[in-house]
Amino acid sequence: MQPILKVESISKFFGNLIANSDISFSVNKGEILAILGENGAGKTTLMNILFGHYMPDKGNIYFKNKPLTFGNTGNSISLGIGMVHQHFTLADNLTVLENIIIGHKSLFSLDLSKKASIEKLNSLIDKFNLPINPNAMVSDLSVSEKQRLEILKTLYKDCELLILDEPTAALTPQETEALYKTINNMVKQGLSVILISHKLHEVLSISDRIIVLRNGKIAGEQLTKSADYKSIASLIVGKEIQYPKKTKSLPLNKILKLENIFYETDLDLDVKIENLNLELSGGEIIGIAGVAGNGQQNFAKILSGHVKPTNGKLFFDNKEINTFSAKSFMELGIAYIPEDRNKDGLVGDMSIWENAIMTETSNREIVNNFGFIKSKKSKEKSSKICQLNDVRYQSIDQPSRLLSGGNVQKLLIGKWLNRKPKLIIACQPTRGLDEGAIAAVHKMLLEARKNGNGIIIIGEDLDELITLSDKICVMYNGKLSNPLTSSNIEKLKIGMMMSGEGF
Amino acid sequence: MIFDFIEIFFTAGFWAATIRIACPLIFATLGEVICERSGVLNLGIEGIMSLGAMVGWTAVYLGADLYSGILLAAIMGALFGFLHAIFTVYLGASQHVTGIGITMLASSIGFFSFRLILPSSTTPPKIIPFEKLDIPYLSEIPFLGEALFQHTPFTYIAFASVIIIFWLLNSTPFGLSIKMAGENPMALEAQGIDVLLVRTLSVILGSSLMAVGGAYLTMSAFDAFYFGMINGRGWIAIALVIFAAWKPERALLGALLFAGLDAYQVRAQQLAGAFIPYQFFLMLPFILSIAAMIVASKRTRYPRALLIPFRRGERH
Repeated sequence: MQPILKVESISKFFGNLIANSDISFSVNKGEILAILGENGAGKTTLMNILFGHYMPDKGNIYFKNKPLTFGNTGNSISLGIGMVHQHFTLADNLTVLENIIIGHKSLFSLDLSKKASIEKLNSLIDKFNLPINPNAMVSDLSVSEKQRLEILKTLYKDCELLILDEPTAALTPQETEALYKTINNMVKQGLSVILISHKLHEVLSISDRIIVLRNGKIAGEQLTKSADYKSIASLIVGKEIQYPKKTKSLPLNKILKLENIFYETDLDLDVKIENLNLELSGGEIIGIAGVAGNGQQNFAKILSGHVKPTNGKLFFDNKEINTFSAKSFMELGIAYIPEDRNKDGLVGDMSIWENAIMTETSNREIVNNFGFIKSKKSKEKSSKICQLNDVRYQSIDQPSRLLSGGNVQKLLIGKWLNRKPKLIIACQPTRGLDEGAIAAVHKMLLEARKNGNGIIIIGEDLDELITLSDKICVMYNGKLSNPLTSSNIEKLKIGMMMSGEGF
Repeated sequence: MIFDFIEIFFTAGFWAATIRIACPLIFATLGEVICERSGVLNLGIEGIMSLGAMVGWTAVYLGADLYSGILLAAIMGALFGFLHAIFTVYLGASQHVTGIGITMLASSIGFFSFRLILPSSTTPPKIIPFEKLDIPYLSEIPFLGEALFQHTPFTYIAFASVIIIFWLLNSTPFGLSIKMAGENPMALEAQGIDVLLVRTLSVILGSSLMAVGGAYLTMSAFDAFYFGMINGRGWIAIALVIFAAWKPERALLGALLFAGLDAYQVRAQQLAGAFIPYQFFLMLPFILSIAAMIVASKRTRYPRALLIPFRRGERH
């Protein structure tokens, strides 16, 4: 079969970082090629080179046997390469149609010819079964509609090779299913697809061929038919992933007790918290399951001292707590791992070592008598934290926003563990992380449990909660169910409770 | 007494003055709308207006005809817009700092070259500005005719430019690109359009409109150029953009509202005489504008990418 795309020894460097090194592969017509790899393996960089966002430092690309001019998205588009980015590239202030037709006519033509465009768009909508209202504002669209729009954008430009970068990251299982139908449909009509993903089971079910990238290099290539989950997973990580094993729980003394906690704000969007009761012992993990937006955020804020409940009692170590502030809770020995680690967990523009010691400014080890930070001591301490928790970085002085998601989370959790907390509140601790990082985070949490910490994990991923937790409570509309203990944890039952059954 | 204050609204002269005062603000606000819609704040506005006022007037004083004067002012505005774009769009410098710098540079160059050209005049010389052009038939309508249709051609240009900019932003590929550049520049690049080019052209176009707004003052509203004649109109335009929610049609409304308050306060001052200190009336338009802005801007939506430089090939 004739390859539609041929990539020949592409390399790309960002400063000292090797993003892509000597990558060669090809895509056949009508094929779904999956490119797998951990975060930071170089998948997106490679695609951005293909699509013209980046210039490669070395190598050639041939599309339909013609060499591709680099660094010009307009050129890639006109040749027939389309890309759906992981973060949607849509303007919220324009309509669906306007988002599609921009760039189709000369920038300086005086006419948009909306009528003809609508006709073409409608025929595409029918042909590929991607229903959407051309005159809707993009800001009013749901996530899956936005994705449909992104695909339509590329189809409208007569794309022959479609690059999908993490297309299912924000989709529900049903929406993912629908997307796959669309992709299969497009391939039948002669398109070729490159699918970037780190969700292994999805890739196995849809692709024809798999290429695995690791540290910017091609680590392996397999036909999907002959691939299995385990072998690919270890190709991705470069070694066999050691999933941590849960040891038998040995609950110690009670750490946390909530009695009839109520919380409400005058914000319309906020879910009221009603009558929460919960008990947690040391060496125990309680998972809080629930669909996002059922009061979990406020619950986490109460547990971490960010807000004071309007009513009810909170006991920590058998003492009633009346002062609610992040600082006082921290000093009690409560660690808070926020849901949005980049926004609430770290300060992206500050260096790794500054982030690591941010909560330690009253620690005499690193602050001298005049209140100045001893930077040498701090850096030593930070390096130790990073080493201990396998945080990988180029330099301790680099801004922490340059860390990959997994390393951010390891730094964040490691920083808290260094304070020897008694209670850990972890919100969505592995969201958006790759397999290797997930295993590492799980290991850290289970390790903390073994050391006698009480842990509350608030999450949406049921499989994860079931593997980690000793007990699971379901949160629905601001209310919390009675804890289910491991003997009666059933996925199906919890799923039903998450949609409101029994509340 | 109170009736006298209300009666002001029933004089055609009040409405005609409102329209006159509104014109420079219309140009300036439209110009700023275009810049900000593309994602670039242009605080060079005050200085670019000064320079436009000076260039337009000087050109006519030195023998150019009035329309060439407008054109030269626009070109000078475009040049300083290009300078602003080099720093803010291509080099990604702070838009606030660059804008203030452009204002200081443009107004200083304006005053300095004015002094070089006319070193010795104590009373500013005058030009023959645009004359009134009565629109046939329409200008004869009682009241409305005097209020709306007995203005200079420059005034009609101001109103026409609202329609042109409205059309540009909503019905042309370039207009859509401007709006996309200010909302999500990555989206524009993903469609194969050069974001930096779109932003640069927007700042150039916007700045030339600002300069034309300045030129209106010396070529239509008055007939001379003097120092400090822009008198904060550029900053008012910055506020009017927010009031206008970045829409040209609302920019017209905002400019008219502010101008109406200004025209009213002059007349009310004369009526009140000794009763109320005239400073009260001077501050009236500003107070009421602030109030209107608070009400109007509560629901407005900033262009998301305003103030954020776009760098190609950077990790997003």
